[in-house]
Order: sequence, then C-alpha cells, then structure tokens
Amino acid sequence: MSAHDDYESSLSGADGSVAEFEQRQGFLPKLQHALHVTPALVPLVVLVSAIIVFGLLLGQRFFSPFTLTLILQQVQIVGIVAAAQSLVILTAGIDLSVGAIMVLSSVVMGQFTFRYGLPPEVAVLCGLACGALMGFINGVLVARMKLPPFIVTLGMWQIVLATNFLYSANETIRSQDIEEFAPILQFFGQRFNIGGAVFTYGVIFMIALVLVLAYALRHTSWGRHVYAVGDDPEAAGLAGVNVSRTLISVYVLSGLICAFAGWALIGRIGSVSPTSGQFANIESITAVVIGGISLFGGRGSIMGAFFGALIVGVFTLGLRLAGADAQWTFLLIGVLIIAAVAVDQWIRKVSG
Amino acid sequence: MKTLLAGTSAAALALAGLAATTTTFVSSGAAQADGHGVTACLITKTDTNPFFVKMREGATAAAEELGITLNSYAGQVDGDHETQVAAIETCIADGASGILLTASDTSSIVSAVEQAREAGLLVIALDTPLEPIDAADATFATDNFEAGRLIGAWAAATMGDDAANARIAMLDLAVSQPSVGVLRDQGFLTGFGIDVGDPSRWGDETDERIVGNSVTQGNEEGGRRAMEELLALDPMVNVVYTINEPAAAGAYEALRAIGRENDVLIVSVDGGCPGVQNVEDGVIGATSQQYPLLMASLGIQAIAQFADDGTVPQPSDGLEFFNTGVALVTAAPVDGVESIDVAEGLNLCWG
Repeated sequence: MSAHDDYESSLSGADGSVAEFEQRQGFLPKLQHALHVTPALVPLVVLVSAIIVFGLLLGQRFFSPFTLTLILQQVQIVGIVAAAQSLVILTAGIDLSVGAIMVLSSVVMGQFTFRYGLPPEVAVLCGLACGALMGFINGVLVARMKLPPFIVTLGMWQIVLATNFLYSANETIRSQDIEEFAPILQFFGQRFNIGGAVFTYGVIFMIALVLVLAYALRHTSWGRHVYAVGDDPEAAGLAGVNVSRTLISVYVLSGLICAFAGWALIGRIGSVSPTSGQFANIESITAVVIGGISLFGGRGSIMGAFFGALIVGVFTLGLRLAGADAQWTFLLIGVLIIAAVAVDQWIRKVSG
Repeated sequence: MKTLLAGTSAAALALAGLAATTTTFVSSGAAQADGHGVTACLITKTDTNPFFVKMREGATAAAEELGITLNSYAGQVDGDHETQVAAIETCIADGASGILLTASDTSSIVSAVEQAREAGLLVIALDTPLEPIDAADATFATDNFEAGRLIGAWAAATMGDDAANARIAMLDLAVSQPSVGVLRDQGFLTGFGIDVGDPSRWGDETDERIVGNSVTQGNEEGGRRAMEELLALDPMVNVVYTINEPAAAGAYEALRAIGRENDVLIVSVDGGCPGVQNVEDGVIGATSQQYPLLMASLGIQAIAQFADDGTVPQPSDGLEFFNTGVALVTAAPVDGVESIDVAEGLNLCWG
C-alpha cells in the first residue's frame, strides 16, 4: 500500500473524545438546573418570603396560628380546584369548567336531598358522580374527538353553568336547614382547634389530596404516563402509553375532585348557593401558573400549585390587614403570574 | 302567578303607603284596550339572581294582563355591559315603545339610553338609578338610602346606650362602589348616627366605631371572607352591616366559626325569602325588604300608559325617582322605627 493511499492516517489527528453534554458552570446554570428538577422551589421561596415580610410588617396580627390557619381555610376551595386544574394542565390541557362543575355538584348534593328527599349520603354520592360525569364528557371530547381542551371546557363551562342555574332556579338552600336535616353536607366545614390554630376537615382534605396526588404523579405508572402525555403525546403513544385512556382518566379525576370541592364549598359557606365559585376557574389557573406548572404540559409539580394558592391567600389577607386597597392585591398577583411564566420560559431553555 | 302578583302588589301598596298619590297610573282596563301591538323590553343585569327573576315574573305577568309583548334580555354576569348595550340596540330596531333597564354600568350605558330616547322610546331605570339619574325618563327604585337608614336606626335603638361603644364591620358590595352599595352603606351609618363625610362614597368615615370596610360581591363566599378579614382586624366586632342577605349568611358562618354568632347584631337589605327566614331564625337581626315584582309591574304599566297617550311617569315627592317602597322586617321591633313582623315579611318576600 503506497503512502499516498493511507487515507486513515489523518484520523489520528482528529478529536478522540465522544459526544458529551456541555457542563455549564456558575450560579445561574446551577439554579436553572435545580429549578428544572424541583419546579416547586420558586413558589415555595416566594411563599416563605411573603410570610416573613408580612410577619415583620404586621407582627402578631399576621404571624399568629389563628391568622395563618385562617389563610388555609380561605384557600381551601381554590386549593382543591387547583389540584384538579394541575392534573389537566400537566397533560398540556386547560380546564375552564372546574368552577362550574364544582357549583353544579354542590347544587346536586343540596337539591337531591331537599327536593327529592334522598338520604344526604346518597345525594353526596350523586353529586360526586355528577362531577365525574362532567369530567368524563370533557375527557371524551378531548381524547376521542380530538377537540382542543380550551374549546371543550369553554363550552362545558357555559353548559354546566347554565344547567346549574336552570336546575337550581338560583335557589339558595339555607345553612340552618342543612344543619338540621343534612349535616353531612357541611362535613368539610367541621372544625377542630390545636392551640390557637383552627383547622377544618376541608383544609385537611386539601392537604391530604395534594400529598396523595403528588405521590401518585411521581411514583405510579399512571402518574408517569400523565407527564409523558403532557410532554409529547406522540412519543408517549409510541412508547406504549394509552394516550386517550390516560387523558380521559385525568379529566374524570379532575371532575371528581371538583365535586369534592363543591362539597367542601358547602362546608365553607354553610349554604348551597348556585352563585358561588364564579371565578374558581381563573383563580385555580392563577394558582397553578404561580405554582410553576408549565401551561405547555409535562412539567411542574402539584405541590407548586398548592404553594401558588397559598401565595394568593397570603397576599390577599396580608395586604388587607396592612390596610391596602384591594386593587393592590390584584395588581401584585398579576405581576406574580407574569414573573412565574417568565421563570418557566427561562427554565425551558435548559440547553442554554 | 297573577294572583300572587295581585296579592303582593296590593299588600305592598297598602303596606308602604304608596297609594298612588304621587303618580297617576292608568287603570289596567284602559291600557288593555290599547295594549295590543305594543312591545316593551326588560333588560336586567343577569337572569340568575332571584331578584331579577322575580322582576321578570312581575313584568311578564303585567305584560300578559295588559296584552303587551315583552322581550327580556339579561347580561351573563353582573357587570356585563356590552350585552346590555346590544339589547338596547335590539329594542330600538324592534320598534319597542319602552325599555325597563337595570343597568350594570350606570354611567357608560347613558349614551345607548340617549339613543333609545331619541328614537322615541320611554326608558325607565328599574332598581338602579343611572348616572346622572335624569338620563332615564324615570326611575322606579327602592329608596336604598332609606333602606340603609332603617336598619341603622334599628341597630342603634336595639343597642341603646351601648351604641356609643359599638364595633361596626361594614360589608359592602364592590370596590368600584356602585351607587346602590354606597346608598345603603351611607344610609345605615346615618341611621346609626355616624357622620358619613362625603355621602357619595363609603370608606371615608373617621368615626372610630367603624372597624373597617370590606367587599363581598354580594354572595355567601364573599361575605364569609370579608367578615374573616374584619375579624382579623378586630375580633370584638358587635355590629355587622351587610349589603345583602347572602353576604349576611356568609358573615354569620364566619362569626359562628369563632363562636361569636350570638353576641353580634347583623343587619341587611333585600327581603328575599331565605333572608327573611334568617331573620326568623335569628341569624339576621333586621333586614330592609324591597319589592322587585312591584317595581317591574309598575314599569310595564307606565310603558303601556306612555304608548297610549305619551304620559311620562313622575317621581315621588321630594325624591328624584319613583319610590317603590321599603319596609323593615324584624322579629324584635323597637320604638321609633316602623317595622313589619316576620310573617308579613315572608308573605311579601321574593326569590
């Protein structure tokens, strides 16, 4: 073999290392990485700082067991609904009908008891079934009919809300009647005290729900499928995930959780009121977004949504106690929403 | 329905002393003769609030009785201004004789109302006065200031000497301070004997007995939240003014949560059936009852009269609007404040 035919010899001069991930140094990339792994970190930091700032500003009035647990009571409805909203948003969907499903379910529980004379326990089950059914309809339209979730739930929001008003004739069922004839409807409103702290069963339910969902999403195959479907449904399908069944299960579960929120709502306000919860959809999306769950799906944790709901609660009550105009609360929450999404976009640019 | 309407109207008329001395309405017989072919519009804030449902029932019954075609429109939610403007435009195009309107946005709606009046329609503001009030041909409304004054005077008289040391929580409607909320709030304070400062807005009072103002959106959820906020400011609140009865029910739940429901006086405005039952059960101490059914049926009669001979209804003496009456409902009447008992209140309640 002549020397000029030795084409391979130039190879010895080439870079011998294999392709590898770029190792970026410095504080920002490390922070970015930490946030990418633990997306609930940002809202947790915001929450803790908000509590500290208001605690310093207001002292005992804010930093007391009574006030801090009051915030939990005030966010319990939004917190529960935000858990449902989180599931849907993790699949890259959105559910505008959550508040309407919640209210209709509570109305079903009330009216089935007082209009048809069903035992309250049965009426509660009917209400829960009603929520799950509404979720099932959402799910089938999204997963099987391939309609965009925004459109489906925008429509269902109107349909469910109108059904609620038509069915209930906008009649309020009074707290005193419920207490006398169907106290189980107010189950989630029952309280117990630990020191100066006041807890309701609704608050306990909210916390338990968030913990259970956080576990299920992280450690069960169903949970991993939810993330996979949200991240890339085609890839998930190719990897053997039953995409449409996963989607339907998420919407059904979301509807069921909303029905529980409706039950908790009766406990919170005492009565069954068809006009409640008008803004629960927007409030839950706000909590989810502030909580760092990506609206593009597949990333974020349900703990984040819980922290998001608490942040809104802390700001609302804290600013009120500080004597600020209520509009400042909305302004600050608006800033938080945009800041949260900006952080999300930054985390997404993980490849720098 | 008709008998209910007739019964309610007659009772309310007798009760509120509105013996039609200030305004002359056509007898229904005369209007019936000419009512055919007349179209009237009813535009309400929403068709979900029982108050407006009752209003529509009243208007529908009166229209049927007079042979008038009634078209009803409503916004989707309270504050839905665009839908109301579109409804007014539809009524003009439809050739209606008159419009009964409960405006969501009392000042922005004025240009649309002017358009209707230029087109020859009679526009009557129901329940909620426009800004300015003379933008409509007439206003048929509850005297909300008087409604507030009655509960304020009742609360002060019930407390007696303790009124000087009262801790008052004010549960208002919304931060935008719609006129109905301001009138009730300022009426309450006036009745209680507190200097209101600028009577066109709440929250500028300096009296130390007021713990604070918080907004409720007029529902149970908001009522509970607002009460909790004010209790966090001062747990020893002992008088609670509420914009309406759902807000009062929410406030009661908040008080019950800390075991103070029995030593606080809650007063409210509306006179809806659940609210009056809450008076019976001692949840609400006293409430000022208003009469939406009467408001709407009188409005329809006025449109019939206008279509017949062009008569524009006149306001009550000394007021800028036609007063459709208000009565204090309480189980514990006090000297110097006229009231009706719970049984009568239940008889006249709406929704």
